[in-house]
Parts: sequence; C-alpha cells; structure tokens
Amino acid sequence: MIQLVSFYIFATIVIASAAMVIFARNPVHSVLWLIVAFFNAAGLMVLIGAEFIAMLLVIVYVGAVAVLFLFVVMMLDIDFAELRAGFVKNVPLGLLLAVVLVAELVLGIGAYQAGAVKLGTAEAGGATISATVPNIEAIGALLYSKYVFLFETAGLILLVAMVGAIVLTHRRSHGTRGQNISSQVQRRPQDATRNVNQPVGQGIEL
Amino acid sequence: MTTIAHLIKTFTLWEFVTAHWLTLKYFFKPKATINYPFEKNPLSPRFRGEHALRRYPNGEERCIACKLCEAVCPALAITIESEPRDDGSRRTTRYDIDMTKCIYCGFCQEACPVDAIVEGPNLEFATETREELLYDKAKLLDNGAKWERAIAANLAADAPYR
Amino acid sequence: MTSFFQTLGMSYEGAWFTATIAGILLIALPLMLAVALIIYAERKLWAAFALRRGPNVVGPFGVLQSFADGLKVFLQETIIPSASNRGLFLIAPIITFTVALMAWAVIPFADGVVLSNINVGLLYILAISSLGVYGVVIAGWASNSKYPFYSAMRAAAQMISYEVSIGFILICVVLWAGTFNVGGIVEGQRSHIFGFINAYAFNPLLFPIAVMFLISSMAETARAPFDLTEAESELVAGYQTEYSSMAFALFWLGEYANVLLMCALNVILFWGGYLPPVDWAPLYAVPGIIWFFVKILLMFFIFAWVKATVPRYRYDQLMRLGWKVFLPISLFWVFLVSGYLMFTGHFA
Repeated sequence: MIQLVSFYIFATIVIASAAMVIFARNPVHSVLWLIVAFFNAAGLMVLIGAEFIAMLLVIVYVGAVAVLFLFVVMMLDIDFAELRAGFVKNVPLGLLLAVVLVAELVLGIGAYQAGAVKLGTAEAGGATISATVPNIEAIGALLYSKYVFLFETAGLILLVAMVGAIVLTHRRSHGTRGQNISSQVQRRPQDATRNVNQPVGQGIEL
Repeated sequence: MTTIAHLIKTFTLWEFVTAHWLTLKYFFKPKATINYPFEKNPLSPRFRGEHALRRYPNGEERCIACKLCEAVCPALAITIESEPRDDGSRRTTRYDIDMTKCIYCGFCQEACPVDAIVEGPNLEFATETREELLYDKAKLLDNGAKWERAIAANLAADAPYR
Repeated sequence: MTSFFQTLGMSYEGAWFTATIAGILLIALPLMLAVALIIYAERKLWAAFALRRGPNVVGPFGVLQSFADGLKVFLQETIIPSASNRGLFLIAPIITFTVALMAWAVIPFADGVVLSNINVGLLYILAISSLGVYGVVIAGWASNSKYPFYSAMRAAAQMISYEVSIGFILICVVLWAGTFNVGGIVEGQRSHIFGFINAYAFNPLLFPIAVMFLISSMAETARAPFDLTEAESELVAGYQTEYSSMAFALFWLGEYANVLLMCALNVILFWGGYLPPVDWAPLYAVPGIIWFFVKILLMFFIFAWVKATVPRYRYDQLMRLGWKVFLPISLFWVFLVSGYLMFTGHFA
C-alpha cells in the first residue's frame, strides 16, 4: 500500500518534471526541473531495493553533475526569443528522433517479452542474490571478481579522458608570477633584513 | 635541516596549534569590557554629547540670539529666529537643532559668548523615529533644566584650562 | 515505535505513518530549539575569546537572546526585489532549511535510537549534504544581484571541491568499520584502541584524517576560516544580501542546523558517537544520548574556537587546499588504510 502510493507519487513527479525540463522557458528552470527528476528517480530506485544506486544517483548527478550544469547555464547570457525562433525549422528533426526512440522502445519491450536474454549466468551459477545481503556487498562482490577487468578498463578510460581534458585546456602562461607559499612561510626576519652600524656621513649602501 | 623542520611544522599544523593555545588562554582571562547599560565608564568634563540650552540661576534664558553658533555650525544643523522682547532684550523665538545633521564638533559651545548652548554629558538619546531627533527650543531648554547640575560641574572643572 | 502505535489499535500502515511523523517531529523540534541555543552559545564563546561579555540582557545570562532576535526578524517585512525570480527566491531558503533537517534522519542518538536505520546511511548523508549547495546557488541566482551571484558561484565551487576529499575520508572510515550503516560505524569503535578506548580518532592511522575531516567539514558548512561565500568585506552578506524577515531566518536556522550536523558527523565517525569515551562499565550508566550531546557540544566548541582564532582564507588558497593538499593526501590515505587492513587480514 505505502509502496504503491510512493511509487505513483515518485513516477508522476519524474514524468511531470521531465516534461517541464523541455517546456520551461528559462534554461536555469530546466536544470532545476532536471534535478527534481533525478531526485525522484532516486526515490524509485530506493523502492525497488537498489538503495546504493539511488544514493549514487543523488551524489553524482544531483550533487556534482547538475551543479556544474547549473554553473554553466547560470552564466550564459541567452536571448530566449532567438532561441525559440528556430523551433519550426527543427520540428522535423525532433519528430524523427522521437519516432526512432519510440520504435526502439517498442522493439526492446517486444524482444524482452519474447524471452529475456540470459546474461552471464554461466559463471555466477544463475543464483539470485539473497535479499538480506546489502546492495553494496552484492555489487562489490560481482564488480571485483567477475567484472574486474571491465571495471579497470572503465577506470582507465576515465583516466584517459581526464588527461585529455587537462592537455586540451592547459596553457602554460608566460610572464605571470605565481605565489610560492612554502618559501613565503619559511622566510624569517634574518633572511630579509640586516643590522649594520652605519658611520655618520658615509651614505647608505643598498 | 630547516626544510625538514618546516615540513614537520606544516604537517602537524604547529602554527595553528600554537595560535589556538593562545586564544584559549585569552578565553579564560577576565573580561576587558564593562557591563555597559549597568556599568558605565567615566566621561571627561569636555565630553560632547546631547545639546542643551541653559538658563541663568534666576530663570532667564542665557541665549541672546547672537547667531554665532548658527554661523559657525559646519553641518548647518542650527536654525535661529529672533525678535526683541517687550522689555527690549534680544531673545530667540526659534532655536532648532537637527540632531541628524549634527557632527558633535562642539564649535557651537565654543562660539557661544554666554555659555548658553552647551553639549552635555548625555549620550543615550536614541529615538525610535527620525522626527524625534529634530530638536526645538522647548526640548533644548528642557534638556538644560534636566542636565544643569552636571553641565555646570563640567564647566567648572574645565574652567582652569580655558 | 511502529509497534507501540500498533498496540494502540492502528493498522500497520497507519501505525507506520504516525510513528514516522512522530519521529520526525521528535527530531526536528528539539533541533530548532538546539539551534536557537547554539547560536547564543556561539555568540557567548566568541565574546569570551575576544574578552567581551556577549549577550547578557534578555533572560538569565542572555539565554533568550536568540528568541528575541527571532521575534524581531519575524515581525519584519519580507522584501522581494522586483527584479528577482520570485518563485525561486522564496524556495531557496526553504531548500536550505529542509535539507539541513533531512540528514538527521540517519543519525543515531543512542544505541538503536534512529529514525531510519538504513544500510547506506553514510552515503545518504553525503547525498543530502551535496544537496545543500542548491539553496545557496538558487538564492544567489534568483536574487538577480551581483554580490549574491558571486557568492553562489563561490559556494558551488567550494562545496564540490571539499565533497571530493570528504568522500575519500569517509571511505577510510567505512573500510575500517566495514559498513556504511552509521550505527554500525559507531559500534565498530567500541573498544577500538588498547581494548578500551571507544574512538577511531586515537587510531594513529585515522587521526590525521580525523583532523582533515574536521577542517573539511568547516569548509563544507562554509564557516570561518572558509566563509568566503559571505565574506562581508567583499560580498556584503553573500547570497543572503537581498533576503529579509523569515526567509533570512530560515537561512540562518539551516546554516546552524548544518553546523550541528557536521559536529554530529565528526563525533560519530571519529569520536565514538553515543559511546562513552572509554569502555568501562560504570560509564554506561549515563545514557548514550547524553554522551552524544556532550561530544557534539565539545565539537561545537572547537568550531567556535577556530572561528575566533583563524582569519579568513583567500579564495585561491581555499581551492589550493582542497584540490592540491586534501585530495592527494586523502587519496593516499585510502590506499594506506586499505593496504594496512589487507596486510593485517582485517577482513579475513
């Protein structure tokens, strides 16, 4: 009963806010609706018992990715009238995409109903994971045993992407004088000053 | 060697630790401030606080409407109108000070030849509305009556240095 | 608590619902009161560090000062700037306030006294605290004013930066405790050191990250010395500049509820939570909730102490500390801790 009510609440809000992402006129509002959609999708994940995925969704997408979206969108200076001017021109393309998506959905669901594909049941022995084992342990046990090479490959791809981003954006700037904090902190009075007993009328030696 | 010492100092946050130890010592020291509305610091006899118009001991107003204070006021806070009385003496009919303009420089009391306008020792005259700070003659004379003893004592204490 | 309401003759659903609402109120209302008193306590502490007296007029020793301030703010006019984005402008303080309360759902106040004992409690806290930045960012953007906007930018960058190292620090603790459950982490600290000290912080491998977590939590709640988001010498009052009346008060409450949450998190992760400091039978006579509150107050004293001592960081130094110092060290520490645990066969 509670689960059913929560499911329909979460599902309705996800769909409604996803629609609002498209219909909102202000891009910042779009991003905020997107965050609402993410958040409620996390609620749906909790309902099917995947609490780890739900938390990851909130931490990664809501906590980091959407903030960066917001960061960029807030700083854009967008002319809304001009943005909407291209609507009629782009309608055919949009419709084509929508048709392709719908076709894929129908195909996928049809294929699934014809009989689900058995993935990787040979090594895991086809045993379902007991409901009492926490999500994290179950995922960890699978990720670090069976899929360890795929996992490491994913890590490697991310590393390459990171290095690529740094190489693309890093520019060595000339003529700037950066701050060397440790040398500043290490500096003592005797490094910078010197006491002399200056004779009268001799001038100062600098 | 100094580099190693510096590294150790950095990673043990040594300077933060000593700074916090210093502030902790201050935490237990007696308070440096007084308990203001209940305790007050002594004021100098030359303290320039709220204005007051004084009277002679016989009850006659001191102010002779010479308008020196109006002329000297750098903030143009004083407005004076005057006319001769029935007995022929010059007296003010209007003496306004806009306390929101006043900068408490004390030029008015320096300029006054008869010690009529003075800045008394009162410093707690905050009001809830702006209008209450536009003082008229009645308010200033009332202040004079209220603070006369303190003002007279202050003037007497300061007299040897004038 | 559900079973208690069921004995009153309710159906399971009704009892669950009533128990949850009651639990939320039992946490949220005392928390509001605690926030009011903690603001007073903090003002008194800063005053003492600066050799001043602090609030001492309203009520005995000025205890009621926060309530007087609250009443004053409540009676003020709510000003909404005409160029602002009205809806978001009003939602922002509500988000900050709600998010600050939400994380308390998984905090164990004593053995088993927790609103929601979930397996991923620590991840939940991390997720909720990452939501906290939205209140600030939305407030800054919706105000449609320069300084709040700068402040929102700073807040977003700052919170994301420090969340990264906080994540790694939490992983070290989770590795040692072997669970993401907050109650389980507290129980993992029972008799941790020499068989009688109940705290991870005295573990030589975990002490450095306890200090790092303390510093990061100050940065995460944007408190001095990291209060760049409301640096009054540069940004007026930061994202709160355009706010007045109750909206302003909600920011204020949310901010201090967050500070209390971070104190509680420090206590839970490193100082033994609701356990007494040493594992000695007579100390268990004192209820766990008392130990928990005493530890939170001590942690709050440290927060106020730091705020009274250290001047504000410059923004580039803040970023340098987050990315170039804390991130590598905490990453290295994950490696160190997991290596040590593997080597000693902690999980064997």
